[in-house]
Amino acid sequence: MKEAVILSGKGGTGKTSITAALATGMSGVLLVDCDVDAADLHLVLDPKPRNTHEFVSGHAAAIDTELCTSCGLCAEHCRFGAIGPDFSVRHEHCEGCGVCAFVCPTEAAAMLPRLSGHWYISDTRLGTMVHARLLPGEENSGKLVSAVRRAARELAEADGTSLILTDGPPGIGCPVIASLGGADLAVAVTEPTMSARHDLERLYDLTKHFDIPMMVIINKTDVNERIVSELHTWCRDNSIEIAGVLPYDRAFTDAQINRRTGPEHDPQGLGVAMAPIRAKLVERLFGDDE
Amino acid sequence: MRIAIASGKGGTGKTTVAANLAALLHSKGLSVTALDCDVEEPNLHLLLHPDWESEQTVGVPVPVIDTKACLGPSCSKCTTLCRFAALAMMGDEVMIFMEMCHGCGLCTLACPPRAITESSRNIGVVRKGQCKGQAAGITVTGGALRIGEAMSPPLISAVLDNAPQADIVLVDCPPGTSCPMIRATQDADFSILVTEPTPFGLHDLGLAAEVLRQAELPFGAVINRQGMGDDAALDFLERENIPLLGTLPHSLQAAAIYSEGRLHVETLPDFAALYEAIWQAVLNQLGGLK
Repeated sequence: MKEAVILSGKGGTGKTSITAALATGMSGVLLVDCDVDAADLHLVLDPKPRNTHEFVSGHAAAIDTELCTSCGLCAEHCRFGAIGPDFSVRHEHCEGCGVCAFVCPTEAAAMLPRLSGHWYISDTRLGTMVHARLLPGEENSGKLVSAVRRAARELAEADGTSLILTDGPPGIGCPVIASLGGADLAVAVTEPTMSARHDLERLYDLTKHFDIPMMVIINKTDVNERIVSELHTWCRDNSIEIAGVLPYDRAFTDAQINRRTGPEHDPQGLGVAMAPIRAKLVERLFGDDE
Repeated sequence: MRIAIASGKGGTGKTTVAANLAALLHSKGLSVTALDCDVEEPNLHLLLHPDWESEQTVGVPVPVIDTKACLGPSCSKCTTLCRFAALAMMGDEVMIFMEMCHGCGLCTLACPPRAITESSRNIGVVRKGQCKGQAAGITVTGGALRIGEAMSPPLISAVLDNAPQADIVLVDCPPGTSCPMIRATQDADFSILVTEPTPFGLHDLGLAAEVLRQAELPFGAVINRQGMGDDAALDFLERENIPLLGTLPHSLQAAAIYSEGRLHVETLPDFAALYEAIWQAVLNQLGGLK
């Protein structure tokens, strides 16, 4: 079983549309959405949850006003600004460390289990999908990503699935690191802009840091042909394989609006354009096995 | 006055709006500081082109254990209390897992023989610089997360805390709706949510709006690339009673200018007028310049 993660560094380069497009027509693929705080893949795939799981991660402080003597020790020791002026807990700032409960002389501060979101195993027309929703303003997105990936791997092993295809989050921080660790391949979707190129280089450094091979898809090539050629040079200089290039195509947006994947909506255009990219990805992942 | 530019979905145009507003406000004679709080993938400098003048390493506290003073397994207070699994008893010694540590200080507080002091883990840098040319006078302060580091919120706080005083402080926020986005928008007098008229843009706008409502922060929305998708975002704003601050048209020319790291207010007269209208709408929401 192999696991490929679609990433980008910069947001909005087309990770989710390309994940859905890659999965279209693939057999034996398990889809995972690891962008748990702004998940969008479900908007195209309309998943029907088979199981819903609560994600309880760590704790959050609660202060009992009856027991509180307003001594101020909790506010003095909390390093996250999570204690309000009236000694109420500012939930969105609480990291659940327990310092307040430790220093409170009257046991007014207590640590309660924290419900941070939900994760789901669902059926879609492209197969099984594991996805999640972080509650607004919650932290621990990295831990939710890890929970989603663990469930996906268990499911894939039980079902004999050959490929886990993961729609990753933007950036290079906590949720990206949680999405990437131990994967077989990172697929970076980029676009020919100074920003996306800069972010791609930082993402590449991260994949090297974790020793994960990377392929690149250049999307929206007609925005800037000069930067496209610079991206080709950069990939060649770093021995990074380019899985494919795609011009800006309004059909991706139309597909989204129609709640279809690109190849489903536009088989003659995007369907044809995506086929060789999908083939290169499969070749890279499974080529050695044959 | 501090204005945050956020979005939920990545790649909707946060940095574009932040940089163009900075240039517009500077041209009106206001003093402007632009903060890049998208520390995982900072791009604001690619549009504003500051000369970086200083760079300061930012650290978070991590424990250091004096093994001679440590009471070992008979005590185990630190390893029992740490809620982040950053400390573990291995044989007779306490092991520290630096990357798990949140820097809360509980172990230091709780250690009976006071065997735990603190040092610092490097999480990235905060850079400061001044713009040149037409934008001369705009101060840019931005963070860059160290590659491989997961924890971005403390670095975001360091950027906010190091912000030079100005009439207007613009904060370019990270995408998403979890801790980094919450940290970057906190204490803003007003937030501008930048969205695009697609199902993905709309869905994530809804999540971001929910976060800001929970935090009781005032906000409005800008629809970028109007014309690329559908009208659902407009309907949503009206239904939710969220002020529409303005729209920016979908334009391949604008995309090409952005891709080169240039500003629309300096190159496209119709965009300059649209940004002026957005600024007036923000002032209208705030009841004037504070």
